[in-house]
Amino acid sequence: MHAIETRGLTKDYVVGSFVRKKKRALDALDLEVEGGEIFGLIGPNGAGKTTTLKLLMGLIFPSEGEARILGMPLDDPEMKQQIGYLPEQPYFYDYLTGRELLDYFGQLFGLSREERSRRSGELLEKVGMSDAADVPLRKYSKGMSQRIGIAQALVNRPRLVFLDEPMSGLDPLGRREMSLLIRELRETGVTVFFCSHILSDVEQLCDRVAILNRGRLVESGRLSGIIDLSLRSLEVVVEGLTPDIQSRIGGSLLLSRPLGASSHLSFRDREECDRTLRLLLENGVRLVSLNPVKETLEDYFIRQVNAGGTE
Amino acid sequence: MNAVAGREVAAGSRAEGAPVLRKIAYVALNTYRETVRDKVLYNLVLFALLMIGSSYALGAISVYQEIKIIKDLGLASISIFGMVIAIFIGTGLVSKEIDKRTLYGILPKPISRSQFLLGKYFGLCLTLLVNVGVMTMGLYLLLFLMKEPFAPGLLKAIFLIYLELALLVAVGILFSTFTSSVLAGLFAGFVYVAGYFSSDLKNLDSVVESAFLPQVTFVLYYLLPNFKNFDVKAAVVAGDPVPWSHLGWASAYSAIYVTLLLVASCWIFGKRNLK
Repeated sequence: MHAIETRGLTKDYVVGSFVRKKKRALDALDLEVEGGEIFGLIGPNGAGKTTTLKLLMGLIFPSEGEARILGMPLDDPEMKQQIGYLPEQPYFYDYLTGRELLDYFGQLFGLSREERSRRSGELLEKVGMSDAADVPLRKYSKGMSQRIGIAQALVNRPRLVFLDEPMSGLDPLGRREMSLLIRELRETGVTVFFCSHILSDVEQLCDRVAILNRGRLVESGRLSGIIDLSLRSLEVVVEGLTPDIQSRIGGSLLLSRPLGASSHLSFRDREECDRTLRLLLENGVRLVSLNPVKETLEDYFIRQVNAGGTE
Repeated sequence: MNAVAGREVAAGSRAEGAPVLRKIAYVALNTYRETVRDKVLYNLVLFALLMIGSSYALGAISVYQEIKIIKDLGLASISIFGMVIAIFIGTGLVSKEIDKRTLYGILPKPISRSQFLLGKYFGLCLTLLVNVGVMTMGLYLLLFLMKEPFAPGLLKAIFLIYLELALLVAVGILFSTFTSSVLAGLFAGFVYVAGYFSSDLKNLDSVVESAFLPQVTFVLYYLLPNFKNFDVKAAVVAGDPVPWSHLGWASAYSAIYVTLLLVASCWIFGKRNLK
């Protein structure tokens, strides 16, 4: 049984006030997410990520196709009992405090008063909101709303968590804490399905990803299978590189450009880099940094999206 | 989260989920909490109490009519301010949840759209019950200060006002399931006004000659709730008897209408794609 399975999931919206036309937001999405993995759904704006999440959460209904979560249909209360959801830019009842919100949602999951009280306390501490637990939500900043959003998504100890742009609105520390939390969830057997624009987060966290563009699935699979992780080049920054030294080592440099007082060099292979670096150091050039360059998810993503855009 | 806590999650020590009626009650109580924390509500209730209080001044300048004026104005205040609360807060309850996207946090929880909607309805009915209760106490307090003996007949009129408001909330909820809160308020207001004139609609074909008008008025007469069924204010103030059978009949009428409106609301809301 897959944690999430979609077959031909399609969503058409009707647009236009006078001349009504169908606009396909999601086109026959086939997706399988395994239990216990972190699965990332990425794509540019309007790719269909949020539409996919809304369909899975029962907020909108598919025009065609079907989906199952934890082997159950989307309207099954037993399935809803086992999932958590953080909406994009979450907005909760602003007349409630953070603690009251968690208590209310805990009631809907059938948690006892003691369990709700204990769970609310645990979660508020986990997301760093204990001090603001009794402050009305209308006084929360964007980052605080995001934190209480993740807390409410975990109130029922879910088996599967859906996170829509979980890093949105968080400061660098908050993003780091969110990354740790997502990893902790996976370690405890929870499946995490999340959408994000921040590709570096997706690259660091996800076991598998799916790339959507214009409502269509472009690619899906393990990161190692999607992007080329082999070495593409070596980027070197040195100081003290004079034109005289540069002319002596000549054509071995792939690229050389000034970078303030430093020079930026690029090499295609490691041996070439070793040989040239030795020469440079012997001539009094100082090494500032050396970085291996591999294809990133961002490179791949931009390539795929551009290819889709020129179709 | 440490490893022990992690295993607890993986083991999935989950509750069975709240029973259906309890879920509706949780939403209703949260809706009640939402409305009682809304400053608009307090302003309305305060204004209604001031209106009831001002009837004392009007009564003072009406020779031998002061008690009648107080009762008239008191009941009218309860009815009008209840109507304002029912329409303006009632129609915003669902559409505001859609506009502000607070529903995104609720609907993925183990609660159906119908349960949510019913919870919203009963929550506002609870708010109205408390508000009508407060306004009723204000009216009786004023009559007590005027050394007027307790008049239980007023309670019959107030009970019918409450039934009318419960029906009006269901009308507002129906409109708010498919349109904005502003339009839902306007539509509900129209139904309220038209509902007071529905018997006139029935007779319209006898005074206006038209081929299709009788059919239109026939449909409207049976479609719109007849709010006059709930209006016994004048009779109560005049001391005319209001039979218990009328209260029973009006209760049944309101219950059937509310049920039909809520079924239609649940059906529409259950099919609605959220923004």
